[in-house]
Amino acid sequence: MVELTLPKNSKVSEGQTFKAPSSANNIKLFKVYRYNPDQNDNPQVDTYEVDMDTCGPMVLDALIKIKNEIDPTLTFRRSCREGVCGSCAMNVDGTNTLACIKDISEIKGDAAIYPLPHMPVIKDLVPDLSIPYAQYTSIKPWVQSDTPVSGKERLQSPDERAKLDGLWECVLCFCCTTSCPSYWWNGDRYLGPAILLQAYRWIVDSRDENTGSRLDNLEDPFKLYRCHTIMNCTKTCPKSLNPAKAIAETKKLMLERM
Amino acid sequence: MSLQSDLGRVKGLGSSKSGTSHWWAQRVTALALIPLTLWFIYSTIKFVGMDLISFGAWLNEPGSVLLLSLFLIALFYHMQLGLQVVIEDYVHGEKNKVFLLLINKFAAALFAISSLVAIIQIAYGG
Repeated sequence: MVELTLPKNSKVSEGQTFKAPSSANNIKLFKVYRYNPDQNDNPQVDTYEVDMDTCGPMVLDALIKIKNEIDPTLTFRRSCREGVCGSCAMNVDGTNTLACIKDISEIKGDAAIYPLPHMPVIKDLVPDLSIPYAQYTSIKPWVQSDTPVSGKERLQSPDERAKLDGLWECVLCFCCTTSCPSYWWNGDRYLGPAILLQAYRWIVDSRDENTGSRLDNLEDPFKLYRCHTIMNCTKTCPKSLNPAKAIAETKKLMLERM
Repeated sequence: MSLQSDLGRVKGLGSSKSGTSHWWAQRVTALALIPLTLWFIYSTIKFVGMDLISFGAWLNEPGSVLLLSLFLIALFYHMQLGLQVVIEDYVHGEKNKVFLLLINKFAAALFAISSLVAIIQIAYGG
């Protein structure tokens, strides 16, 4: 929804500064969004001085160092630390990405770290992704087939399998979805790029027999056609996937069956 | 406050099974408007310094009246399709949205038909 005035808890003020020990001589400033639902306060941006000589190379390394050594109250999601789980998606230096595969040396000046945009914030860098998860459930992300399985597997030729490349790699981090202005304004009805890429992943899967009803469920001015090819999704994807292309291919299939 | 499940909210009223025609019509009119707009700009430059009688004579040529009518129909149709998307994107609240969508449709029809009437009057009205 377009909001011309900021909703509650959106005015961000300057927070505390955590100084590095005087022995540190390679300091980088991390400006991190902080919101605590238990305090009746607006969010703040805290500044952490991090000694880069004793810090790993990635943004997640810095966050973990801050949590371990400077401020244990800092809250964020992380798990695999190698870009396959999608947990540590956040807005780093103005772009949505995975903190674990974002090199600190790519950030010029201070590192601004915010949660994924336009999502309700649970705490600090942890957004509430319940709605995107429910949208994922709504596209039924599994093989649907009426033909009984003969033997142990549903077979697929190498060519058919190749159609899933560039789609199966999606880790559902929602960097793309939360970078999309159309999703910001109409996220209650528009499925967003991550879910549409996933939907297309099942549409082109040769083993799936419900392509028609999958297209039926997407054919809607809001669910699919809110995509206006803004391309933020493709630009921001930390896995270098192309959700915009998946959406365009879906639209082509819609046309093909008209 | 709602205790409805997230999945229930997301599924909502389901898919409307429409939108493809609108999306396709927007592309088709956009494509048609590329040559038509170039032709219109070229023609407009020719009108500079022309009086109404010679403009009427120009418009009386079958090619001119045909292309100008096509241009205006494609233009206002495309405008209506595009503005509808803008309204759906940005206007929330069912009442305001329906009101603006109606205004958009009526205005586009009014502009298209009144410009066609004007063409007929100038070209054939004498």
